[in-house]
Amino acid sequence: MFDFLEDYDLLGAFWTTVQLAVLSAVGSLIWGTLLAAMRVGPVPLMRGFGTAYVNIVRNIPLTVIILFTSLGLNQSLGITLGASDFETINFRLAVLGLILYTSAFVCEALRSGINTVPVGQAEAARAIGLSFGQVLSLVVLPQAFRSSVVPLANVLIALIKNTTVAAAIGVAEAALLMKEMIENEAQLLLISAVIAFGFVVLTLPTGLILGWVGKKVAVKR
Amino acid sequence: MTEVSVAKEDVAATGELVVLKSVNKHFGALHVLQDIDLTIARGEVVVVIGPSGSGKSTLCRTINRLETIDSGTIAIDGRPLPEEGKELARLRADVGMVFQSFNLFAHKTVLENVTLGQIKVRKVEKKKAEEKARSLLDRVGVGAQADKYPAQLSGGQQQRVAIARALAMDPKVMLFDEPTSALDPEMINEVLEVMQQLARDGMTMIVVTHEMGFARSAANRVVFMADGRIVEQAAPDQFFSNPRSDRAKDFLSKILHH
Repeated sequence: MFDFLEDYDLLGAFWTTVQLAVLSAVGSLIWGTLLAAMRVGPVPLMRGFGTAYVNIVRNIPLTVIILFTSLGLNQSLGITLGASDFETINFRLAVLGLILYTSAFVCEALRSGINTVPVGQAEAARAIGLSFGQVLSLVVLPQAFRSSVVPLANVLIALIKNTTVAAAIGVAEAALLMKEMIENEAQLLLISAVIAFGFVVLTLPTGLILGWVGKKVAVKR
Repeated sequence: MTEVSVAKEDVAATGELVVLKSVNKHFGALHVLQDIDLTIARGEVVVVIGPSGSGKSTLCRTINRLETIDSGTIAIDGRPLPEEGKELARLRADVGMVFQSFNLFAHKTVLENVTLGQIKVRKVEKKKAEEKARSLLDRVGVGAQADKYPAQLSGGQQQRVAIARALAMDPKVMLFDEPTSALDPEMINEVLEVMQQLARDGMTMIVVTHEMGFARSAANRVVFMADGRIVEQAAPDQFFSNPRSDRAKDFLSKILHH
């Protein structure tokens, strides 16, 4: 029944999915943290930029953003992100698009975490002479991260599934392989089930493990 | 504490450590601080009392600029309070603050709470910072709790750690914003004893409190505030036995005769 799978590199496709997800997760965690820092910071210009970025980017469909990286950045502006072959360029563009999009959600998950940190924590940190950056990086963000593990897990799960949009610009990940199999094979239900199962294998443990981590690192007050 | 005794000797040189001149502050329509003039000498212990909403806590918080002021000037050790930024951070390091709700860093151990400022602000080596932290924790009687997290300590213990955290910066002056108001009654004394010892050692202290016993025994001066103004200031004996203003008489009659 599963014989037809032998003609396809299923593991290879899911490996690309994992690579897309991991690189985008790291990138959007960094960019999302910077955005959150801007949104809670004292500089009005940065606060404005952070707010505008989040509100614009999270309201654009991911497909549009991914297509924009390919059609806009690559084909119109000639940006190649340091790669020369078509496959690598598209992979990197997809990662960039996923980072730009997901960081808006990371920012908001973190900001909700920052809101759980009592004002007194930051006041006490300022009172011993820490600078704004130190207050944020040594006292507020470590506590905010701990209470945003679960919302961040939700963002990560969404990101893993969102990597399928990279198929729109030809990145050879799981969804593109599914499209190829559907065109060539007759077992349509089975194909969907196999791909769905592959994603559940990636996302279910992510949710469970991070849920456990979230409880483990929660700040006791 | 050697640092403090040295500070005490400079009293003759420059007596005035904290100087507030015609300070005004509004919260919206509420005029919380009205033309406050207050000078605190080096080594002096000033207790600020008054009814709720009289501006005592706000006054205390303006001194290290956790609250900004609308007009007037505040100077510490001859230097006016800087605007936000590096300068202000440097000044805050010299002004210890103890909060009503302790505000110990919840994700750090007791020891880390007391070393953080030394390492990150004073750039002290980690080992030296820990040594100093342990001796300060011993001094306030919580040395055995050094490796626990704040949530594992009682309120009185947490507040004593908070005092140690402030002392670790070698502050010129210590601000106490109702340090015992959030404590269970049986824990109030352990904190007051630490504060009394500090006063005896010569630390300059500004204490907002409802503890009249502490005011009597440890203060050099009592400042009585009502409705955003300093109504009366006097030595504790004189204030408690013979208040001059009607507002103070009224306040004392409500809290002292039960």
